[in-house]
Amino acid sequence: IAFAGGPVDDELVIDGEIQMITRAAPPEGHPLDEVLSGWLYRTEETRLLETDTFENPGMLEVQDGADLWNTVDGSAGKSCASCHGDAEESMAGVGASFPKWDEASNRPINVELQINKCRTEEMGAEAYKFDAPEQKALTAYVKHQSLGTPVAIDLAEGHMQSWWEKGNELYYTRTGQLNLSCASCHEQNNGNYIRADHLSQGNVNGFPTYRLKQASLVSLHNRFRGCIRDTRAEFPAAFSDELMALEVYVTWRGTGLSVETPAVRQ
Amino acid sequence: MSWKPRTFLACLIVGLPALAAADALAPADVKFDDMSVSQSLTSQPGDPENGRKVFANRSLGNCLACHAVKDQSDQLFHGEVGPPLDGAADRWSEGELRAIVADAKEVFSEQTVMPGFYSLNVGINVREDLVGKTILTAQEVEDVVAYLATLKE
Ligand code: HEC
Ligand code: HEC
Ligand code: HEC
Repeated sequence: IAFAGGPVDDELVIDGEIQMITRAAPPEGHPLDEVLSGWLYRTEETRLLETDTFENPGMLEVQDGADLWNTVDGSAGKSCASCHGDAEESMAGVGASFPKWDEASNRPINVELQINKCRTEEMGAEAYKFDAPEQKALTAYVKHQSLGTPVAIDLAEGHMQSWWEKGNELYYTRTGQLNLSCASCHEQNNGNYIRADHLSQGNVNGFPTYRLKQASLVSLHNRFRGCIRDTRAEFPAAFSDELMALEVYVTWRGTGLSVETPAVRQ
Repeated sequence: MSWKPRTFLACLIVGLPALAAADALAPADVKFDDMSVSQSLTSQPGDPENGRKVFANRSLGNCLACHAVKDQSDQLFHGEVGPPLDGAADRWSEGELRAIVADAKEVFSEQTVMPGFYSLNVGINVREDLVGKTILTAQEVEDVVAYLATLKE
């Protein structure tokens, strides 16, 4: 029986040049002493896959995202590039500041919802369905343009603060027959094994992440739903108020960590 | 024990499992006294062999998710969310072990991470098909308790 021994003391440098922040000082009011990337909790082989963009299996889907960026779709005859040009410039750092307040819908939106907004309002195209391969690929492509940028969301915009509070409450609410909250696993027990899984702090800086188990990109709301399902509870719909509030709050908990999209996880 | 005619009939028809179920204490009737449940939840003694299986089985006790135990080193993965259970029977009486498994909150605190395996004091939004159901049956709890009672150092 091998025990985990907590997060490793290792540095993440991508392609030998992008120095990633995997340990950060917590924002004020954070319950933990240090904010740690999930990368530090993975095995050496899994960690290595993320250090090289050619080895990272998630980069194939990011490449699909790059193709979609330049693909005309919808009645307006436009692609993302028609308005935003070169994503490497226009999208640099953008993914690190989502979710953002959206005045029009009077709620926070994430990158997936921003893409749907541009598709429906600007392109005359249909919104992507939750977890459509295109949605995951394009979201990962947009986020990847922030590789290395520290996560920093603006809670002063609109009503972000009250969504943070709702998310904070949900994070500590026990769900399901197993009666566990996010905090039961990711706050009280990060660094411990739960059967075969080494529990991390459950930060979101790597999403969409490439999961070796699924051999594809996994979206954040899919992960949230999986964790809630594991408590033997009914789980909320993707992009519901509950999951958007959780996304705001959990993103804040990872403040200061580099965006790792597409992170590699087991 | 009082034999109600309908229960009796049901037993005749479906046999032994129905007898065990009819005899089980309801979760709300389990009496916790000084961190202990002295009364067996069923009229049948626990089977430690089956308890050992329930302990490891991912869809039953899945106790190994959180606890390591040397007796099951044939199993690849043991958790470390709770303490290792080697010698549990040296530390706790049978009644205390029954209380811990039935509803750990009654023994540790409301804050404990350990689920209540024979309790309806559960989290919100329980999966629809599990509403009103306990994680383990009364007999499975007795089997697990019998197994824990073998963990001596
Ligand atoms: C016809 C113009 C147009 C097209 C086409 C378009 N967008 Fe946008 N996009 C905008 C405008 C205008 C904004 C800023 C205002 C807003 O949020 O609606 C924006 C904002 C964004 C943002 C947020 C930027 C920030 O700094 O917060 C992202 C991300 C984005 N778009 C991605 C995309 C993607 C991906 C596509 C293709 C699926 C796309 N856009 C297609 C016009 C467009
Ligand atoms: C029963 C335990 C358990 C509960 C409860 C739980 N999780 Fe998880 N979670 C896991 C495991 C196991 C993993 C995979 C290993 C890891 O990264 O921690 C995981 C992974 C994650 C990840 C991915 C981390 C990464 O670096 O890729 C996020 C985000 C996450 N959980 C958020 C949550 C949220 C939010 C909640 C509450 C709604 C929650 N979890 C509840 C067990 C749990
Ligand atoms: C999700 C985690 C989890 C699961 C699953 C779990 N336990 Fe526990 N258990 C704990 C924790 C944590 C403690 C320590 C008490 C505390 O700190 O609240 C504990 C304590 C115990 C103790 C007392 C330990 C000692 O030696 O003092 C026993 C006995 C025990 N558990 C048995 C079981 C059995 C049997 C099962 C399965 C039917 C089980 N546990 C499932 C988390 C768990």
